[in-house]
Amino acid sequence: MNKHLLSIHDVTAEDIVRVLDTAESFREVGTRVIKKVPALRGRTVVNLFYENSTRTRISFELAAKRLSADVINFTTSGTSVAKGESLKDTALTLQAMGADAIVIRHSSSGSPFTLTKWVRGSVLNAGDGTHEHPTQALLDLYTMRDKLGRLEGLRVAIVGDVLHSRVARSLSFALVKMGAEVTLVGPPTLIPPDAPAWGVEVSYDIGGVLPKLDVCYMLRVQRERQRQQYFPSVREYARLFGLTRDRVAALPEGSLIMHPGPMNRGVEIDSDVADLPRAVMEEQVTNGIAIRMSLLYLLLGGRAEGVGTDE
Amino acid sequence: MRAHIAGADLMGAATILDEGEIRRGVTRIAHEILERNHGAGGVVLVGIAARGDDLARRLAAEVERIEGAAVPVGVLDITFYRDDIGMRAEAPEVHETRIDFDINGRTVVLVDDVLFTGRTIRAALDALVDFGRPTAIQLAVLVDRGHRELPIRADYVGKNVPTRMDEIVRVALKEVDGEDAVVVEEPGGTP
Repeated sequence: MNKHLLSIHDVTAEDIVRVLDTAESFREVGTRVIKKVPALRGRTVVNLFYENSTRTRISFELAAKRLSADVINFTTSGTSVAKGESLKDTALTLQAMGADAIVIRHSSSGSPFTLTKWVRGSVLNAGDGTHEHPTQALLDLYTMRDKLGRLEGLRVAIVGDVLHSRVARSLSFALVKMGAEVTLVGPPTLIPPDAPAWGVEVSYDIGGVLPKLDVCYMLRVQRERQRQQYFPSVREYARLFGLTRDRVAALPEGSLIMHPGPMNRGVEIDSDVADLPRAVMEEQVTNGIAIRMSLLYLLLGGRAEGVGTDE
Repeated sequence: MRAHIAGADLMGAATILDEGEIRRGVTRIAHEILERNHGAGGVVLVGIAARGDDLARRLAAEVERIEGAAVPVGVLDITFYRDDIGMRAEAPEVHETRIDFDINGRTVVLVDDVLFTGRTIRAALDALVDFGRPTAIQLAVLVDRGHRELPIRADYVGKNVPTRMDEIVRVALKEVDGEDAVVVEEPGGTP
């Protein structure tokens, strides 16, 4: 494994299998009365969140705590960042405090990479701009493999605002790497022009794609995109691309409905569709903790390279 | 720790237990467990991965044959409890843990293939108490090779084998290796 997880391009197909297999053991830990193991005792994990993301932050926090690591949550409101501190100075401060890993969420694409130049510990990308969100992709792969038994040959549609979605990018790269067949679905304005170069198909018609899917992955529609005129109205979007009861009927039996959360019920997914047994959003959340434990364990479980030790 | 012992004999390795001796050792330990605990009631077996779990299943089969009572068998991976995480170049590989039964108030017999420094057992004890509070924990091993670094001893031993610290004791079991044998190898012998 690479020392950092910045992008799905940092991991090989074998690495992905290892992360998923190790997560299997950590999911078992999550079923115990005492959901904690001492594997990363004495290690320090910093959650450095420049964008609000309660779900991802809590998931990483729980993952680190269940590994017995010490966790520091560094949010930007009311802190030195609000006083104008640069990313570099924040990084150097965390470095000086002995952070073994920094989990970063930032609105600027590439900031996790920049961070690696200033710190000695591992950097995990928890979402950067419109670039990538690799841990979300890995937890989605885990959920698909767990539910469907394989990844190779799976037919997956990713539906919605692919253009602005780091989830869609990471998930597409990861699925293609594992031999799945990916189709991006959405209005032409929200499909990135370079998508064919990712090794995926593109469709503007959800109805034609649904009948041959193993997984229908719905992306959150960001309402502010409407003001930017990527689509005429939320209602029209819901009618053309929303996952309704009628559309679900076209999905093959045994196929999954997934969503990275938080959902807009009634926009990209109907409320009663989101509550179907084949909609596995809660499993995605549970598996997210196991995947993040797996990553922290694999990145930090080797020889310590943090502060106070010689490399 | 997984290793093939094919060709070990050619390298001058000494077989210390053959198939029949392993079988008889398992049978004797099963009898001793039943004797010590006055039957199979309240006894559960937990094998330490890898190979301890296979031995635990063999012991359970023997107990069932002798006593007619089924005892639950679990498998425990101790990786997360090791005392050398962060001291090796890579994070140690993780195996499956599956204990589908309640260990509270039971007598847990931990099962492993080789007892050496005692560090694995120390980790296993820490792991077990995260699952509950057993009435007692006992330890069964196929081979005790000495050189303890912690105050730990086995309750049931297939065979005591005096070894040098640098020798390598390899246990092969049909379930994973295709044959039953325990051999002692010189260091730097079979890779």
